[in-house]
Amino acid sequence: MQLARVIGTVVATRKDPRLEGKKLLICRPVSVEGDDLEGYVVAVDTVSAGFREKVLVVQGSSARMASGCTDIPVDAAIIGIVDDVSTD
Amino acid sequence: MYLGKVIGRVVSSAKNEALVGKKLLLVRRTSDDRTVVAVDAVGAGAGEDVYVCRGREASFPFSPEPVPTDATIVAIVDTVNDYR
Repeated sequence: MQLARVIGTVVATRKDPRLEGKKLLICRPVSVEGDDLEGYVVAVDTVSAGFREKVLVVQGSSARMASGCTDIPVDAAIIGIVDDVSTD
Repeated sequence: MYLGKVIGRVVSSAKNEALVGKKLLLVRRTSDDRTVVAVDAVGAGAGEDVYVCRGREASFPFSPEPVPTDATIVAIVDTVNDYR
């Protein structure tokens, strides 16, 4: 799983019917320290994340195991909102 | 699968129900120093060398529970023998 920050939303009218009602968010990977990293991923939100919140993104076929994502065409999902990251 | 070291932990309150009670650990990959968040399946702790399974198979240790994870700590490494 990747630590990421929500930096935007995606609006799509014409899409797979199984994606209807799903919130699509643009997530930028962040480092442990919270600094932005390269790239971004569009992920389906399953935990009601908001703008600039730090989240956990799961990618690949595991994303379909997130609640409400079974049998829908998804390969990235937000499965948690991060409260705290601590390093030893 | 790859080797890594546990360097910290992640706290998350609002998360998928299947992740409730699961420990989320920060793992630094030995090969390229990238950091990933992995679900702990074996009780790994701080500073330990671990073996991480990624992809769809990462949820198998919790089967039949549908845990949405793409990285899971499946073993704590005792020794590594490199014969190169």
